[in-house]
Amino acid sequence: MKRHFATLSLAAGLALAAGQALAAKDSLVLGMVLEPPHLDPTAGAAAAIDEVVYANVFEGLTRIDRNGAVKPALAESWTVSDDGLTYTFTLRSGVTFHDGSAFDSADVEFSLTRAMADDSTNAQKGLFEPIAKIETPDPHTVTITLARPTGNFLFNLGWGDAVIVAPESAGSNKSKPIGTGPFLFKRWVKGDRFELERYQAYWGSPAKLNRATIKIIPDPAAAAAAVMAGDVDAFANFPAPETMAQFEADPRFEVVIGSTEGETILAMNNTRKPLDDIRVRRAIAHAVDRKAVVDGAMFGYGTPIGSHFAPHHPAYVDLTGRYAYDPAKAKALLAEAGHGSGLKLTLKLPPPSYARRGGEIIAAQLAQVGIEAEIIPVEWAQWLEQVFRGTDYDLTIVSHTEPMDIGIYARDTYYFNYESLAFRNVIAELNAAVEDKTRYALMAEAQKTITEDSVNVFLFQLAKHGVWDAKVKGLWENSPVQANDLTEVYWK
Amino acid sequence: MAVYLTRRVIALAITLLVASLVVFVVLEVLPGDPATVMLGVNAREDTLAALRSEMGLDRPAAERYLRWLGGLLTGELGTSYTYGVAVGELIAERVALSLPLALIAIVLSTALAIPLGVTAAAYRNRAADLGIMGFTQVGIAVPNFWFAILLILLFAVNLKWLPAGGFAGWDAGLWPALRTLLLPAVALALPQAAILARVTRSSVLETLGEDYVRTARAKGLDRRAALWRHAVRNALIPVVTIMGLQFSFLLAGTIIVENVFYLPGLGRLIFQAIAQRDLIVVKDVVVLLAGTVVVVNFAVDMAYAVLDPRLRGGAHDL
Repeated sequence: MKRHFATLSLAAGLALAAGQALAAKDSLVLGMVLEPPHLDPTAGAAAAIDEVVYANVFEGLTRIDRNGAVKPALAESWTVSDDGLTYTFTLRSGVTFHDGSAFDSADVEFSLTRAMADDSTNAQKGLFEPIAKIETPDPHTVTITLARPTGNFLFNLGWGDAVIVAPESAGSNKSKPIGTGPFLFKRWVKGDRFELERYQAYWGSPAKLNRATIKIIPDPAAAAAAVMAGDVDAFANFPAPETMAQFEADPRFEVVIGSTEGETILAMNNTRKPLDDIRVRRAIAHAVDRKAVVDGAMFGYGTPIGSHFAPHHPAYVDLTGRYAYDPAKAKALLAEAGHGSGLKLTLKLPPPSYARRGGEIIAAQLAQVGIEAEIIPVEWAQWLEQVFRGTDYDLTIVSHTEPMDIGIYARDTYYFNYESLAFRNVIAELNAAVEDKTRYALMAEAQKTITEDSVNVFLFQLAKHGVWDAKVKGLWENSPVQANDLTEVYWK
Repeated sequence: MAVYLTRRVIALAITLLVASLVVFVVLEVLPGDPATVMLGVNAREDTLAALRSEMGLDRPAAERYLRWLGGLLTGELGTSYTYGVAVGELIAERVALSLPLALIAIVLSTALAIPLGVTAAAYRNRAADLGIMGFTQVGIAVPNFWFAILLILLFAVNLKWLPAGGFAGWDAGLWPALRTLLLPAVALALPQAAILARVTRSSVLETLGEDYVRTARAKGLDRRAALWRHAVRNALIPVVTIMGLQFSFLLAGTIIVENVFYLPGLGRLIFQAIAQRDLIVVKDVVVLLAGTVVVVNFAVDMAYAVLDPRLRGGAHDL
């Protein structure tokens, strides 16, 4: 077996060395910025986990497709009872895990029960909270009863955190993931790369690629050089937007600017003085020129937003005009709130460039209206502890990348300390609503409520910068969930 | 010699103990909870508690320190919080890259520096000397990561002779692996060679003015023989000292060059471990590096003895 591995990797090495010289390629080298800590999407929050295994190695009952729509995956079809409480899933037959064991309703019951258990380390345990009962009348049927109607339950089941795992391999998925997807996990050279291979016994149409290598390249300049040199075929989330023009001008490459679920916000601590005064929060909103932030920090890539909602969603309401850039008005509001002589605040910035670069620009803009923002750079671990858990901050910049996450404004203790009964009622109604029309109307109301309360300054939607070899087809343009779905990727 | 060795081993043990205590305390004080880092912003309190207890973080600090220390003594380095694999395995993978890379770089840099430095000293203030010194001046001024980027642009992006980065792994074969280490080794070696060449030059110049060199010449030894047999050999002590320091640096201080070439080396492991609060990895690697520095210093001292017979006697070593 060891020898087998050695030959395989030798072959991989040669293929890498030969680069583009090979005709009719069926292997792909994909670049990625962050290395995931492990490969079990049901036991960690890191988006990088899903970027390797989602849809490739692991599948859930449903899946999110490239447009953000809910599609059947391991569940072939389902019915929902009229009261919205009972979901009956018909499972696909002929599905096997990569270790050869068969998939059936017992695996579904096991996976969901494990995610909900007391000792569960699922980072999105809340997704499963509405589940009251799971029944498996036969190997191909699963009936899930909810405690209350949950409009986005099928979408939630499509998250990476809700993939189906087998009891035999659940414990070792962190280092050796065994799923039901079109690619099986071959090996992980830590700090360097992952190797995936087509799973021959896949239930659906087989992957077009025979082999995929995912290389970890954290440095933006190194990423650009690797693509230029042909060492890497594609970078779905390219970390060096400053070099995009160079790639756009080169016919060998395709540059794709897509959308993500990342609402980037200047978050404010709503209970801390003087930010507990809505006039101060509104003043700050008027003082920030989103366009300048997008141009200066993101090289022009990113769509300004006016609320915590993705612009590509059908229920999006454009509220960017509510607090138009107006330093004079900001000053007037500050004076009205009794801060005419100026104000001192702290601005804690986590490592991503949108925060560090954006923070400097915003600090300069705030200075224009008499707010002195002291910049404090923090690491992620510190940010999570001080800002997120301890709410020890005035202002911070962060991108919320979970899909459809406006519900965080209804949480009991969330780091911006916003408490609004009106908003909570809207979200409760939304959770209970099943009809799209009602749901969209409620979503619009939710967006308007937090904008009116000026909870945070809503900056822009993060763009997804893709750069790949012009002959590579089938990669996702947008990122409705953070994933590198390789199932439809091929070489022209 | 036996006394000397014993003293050295005791010093090594004390250094490691102090290093382990310092790193443990520093990481205790450092803000940031590993469980929160791993589970992110949507994790619930009970989930975090479950993970903390799984990682043993709910135990008292003294107990955790002693357990860790006991583990180190028995060669049990613990399990990485983030990767969930044995830390020993993790470090071994990285050392398999960092150690050969450091060795290649130090060999390259020495092979370049000593002839250059000696030549410059031998032709002091002549064209060769000025040329070499000008070159080393540039070598010191240019940061190695910037030099690395230039190398990548030329050899990977334009000429496509070598890969732009990454490490093929030794199981891919000797040449594919070496091929990926070539550019990083050059990028690391050149600035080091520049420093080393300057040290060599001034050290050789100093010994050239010594009485014994003049005596050797007076005895009829020609210039070249006097230079290599007497001056250079005696000039090597400061050179070896610098080499020892450079080697320790090359083993883990090369994080920027590792980033530019996206190499999975020790430097990146420790950097990543700090960011992700993989505290056990940080602690183990720091102790390992402290141990390496002590061992390298020991080797350097041994080299002194080889170079200078006066240092071999028991009475006045150290």
